[in-house]
Amino acid sequence: MNEMTPLERVLCTLGHREPDRVPFFLLLTMHGARELGIGIREYYSTPELVVEGQLRLRKRYGHDCLYGFLYAALESEAWGGETAFRDDGPPNALAPCITDIRKIPHLEVPRITEAPGLKKVLEVLAGLKARAKGEVPIIGTVMSPFSLPVLQLGFERYLELIYREPELFCELMRLNTEFCVAWANAQLAAGATAICYFDPLSSPEMTPASDYPRLGGAVARATLSRIQGPTATHLASGRLGSILDEVAGTGTAALGVSSREDLSALKKSFSGRLAILGNLNGLEMCGWSPEQAAGEVRRALSAGAPGGGFILSDNHGEIPWQVPDRVLEAISETVRRWGRYPIAPEVLPDA
Amino acid sequence: MQPRSLETEELTDRLTTALLELDRNAARACFQHGALEPLAFSETVLAAALERIGDRWERGELALSQVYMSGRIAEDLLDDILPPQDLPVTSHPALAIAVLDDFHPLGKRIVSSVVRASGFRLTDYGLIGVDDLVQRARRDGIEILLISTLMYPAALRVRELRVRLDRDMPGTRLVVGGAPFRLHPNLWREVGADATSTTAAGVIPLLRRLIAEPS
Repeated sequence: MNEMTPLERVLCTLGHREPDRVPFFLLLTMHGARELGIGIREYYSTPELVVEGQLRLRKRYGHDCLYGFLYAALESEAWGGETAFRDDGPPNALAPCITDIRKIPHLEVPRITEAPGLKKVLEVLAGLKARAKGEVPIIGTVMSPFSLPVLQLGFERYLELIYREPELFCELMRLNTEFCVAWANAQLAAGATAICYFDPLSSPEMTPASDYPRLGGAVARATLSRIQGPTATHLASGRLGSILDEVAGTGTAALGVSSREDLSALKKSFSGRLAILGNLNGLEMCGWSPEQAAGEVRRALSAGAPGGGFILSDNHGEIPWQVPDRVLEAISETVRRWGRYPIAPEVLPDA
Repeated sequence: MQPRSLETEELTDRLTTALLELDRNAARACFQHGALEPLAFSETVLAAALERIGDRWERGELALSQVYMSGRIAEDLLDDILPPQDLPVTSHPALAIAVLDDFHPLGKRIVSSVVRASGFRLTDYGLIGVDDLVQRARRDGIEILLISTLMYPAALRVRELRVRLDRDMPGTRLVVGGAPFRLHPNLWREVGADATSTTAAGVIPLLRRLIAEPS
């Protein structure tokens, strides 16, 4: 088979067919700063640095996407929140930006073009599009309307809102859905090929599976149907539990899955309805040797790759700053060696 | 007519159901219909109900939101029947809990509920950095420190905390928990903690073991 471009490879696997080799997404963010020899805060200060960082990372590791994600707190910044930067990890949302739930009905949905952080992301996406020549998928990201309030309100107040203030919860979902749809579509217009819809709160580890159809699932159906491009849902390390059928019904094309899932079992239960994105353990990756990394990749390929419908990635949607370059190199080399279709039976290291 | 008193097991069943259904009145009725003193009710029924809920979360049968909301109702019930000032003076080592270098207190709150319900006195340092934490723990003579984290870099700060404790407060035991330690099962050892638990309820037997062991 002729070598495909990354975009052809990804589209082929999303169609549940086998491309030339397994596509892999190294969802690297802060590593771009390391690549440029600057600090994380400086790296995120201008779109040009992020574009350069992403391009250098892809040149180095040869993975099959460019990642337009900067950090999650950018969305809470748009709602008035503040962000704390650190030298060794992702910027984190500071105090909740909605201090009084009674003010929810009076909130205004932020305009995307008036939020400096969001504008920066749009410029990153436009810059990546200009440089990627249409051959590499560019991934935009949104926080789901259902999960964003963890940053807007804080975890505890949000859970109490869900279960004790249903009317205010519905109003916040209405506002957040409008924001999310506008934000996703702005990213697609700027250059994103697809949108990753981060929805950790919908994992049955976080909210009951029985509530998914009326909570996270209802919000996802209302939101994803209005996003004018392909979407993948990511539970950001959360397990899927029993909500597969409902998630598949939201219109998403792929699902980012936890490292604690059994890939073989998931592959069977997905049965062509959703592609799998995952599921290397990003935290354990920090301490892997190159040999361990190769073994983990081979096990994931063996379980997830046959038949297509599989993109190798980490389990969380962002590779920790502490993951060393030699591990990323080992992942890349192992996919290139063992990820060619048809997958060889010897891919399993213990076979 | 006075309702009959219920056996501990039945009370625990009923209380577990009440907590999961967010039914405060039913939760309070469990105390009223039992024949137990507040402290005994807390230690044998309330703590057991929270432990069951924690175990069911660990088995994937319940969600964290249910663990949290049931813990909130348990806290309110505990405040009602056994306010902190009414807790008997206990002989256990001084305990404290904190969120280290992070902004997310959910895990701390859940653990606090369970620890308090089990009859332990617990100092809460809130959201705090390593320097302030060591200073305050030293001042309060803390012997066992419970640390909750959400973000991976915060979990790594436990290494620094360990070094500082060994230098300034040797013998202080460190129990860690939170998402990074659930997702990376060996991380607690790597950062120098003495123990970890994947659930809030699991902290109780850990505390009992640490208290029984000389430091």
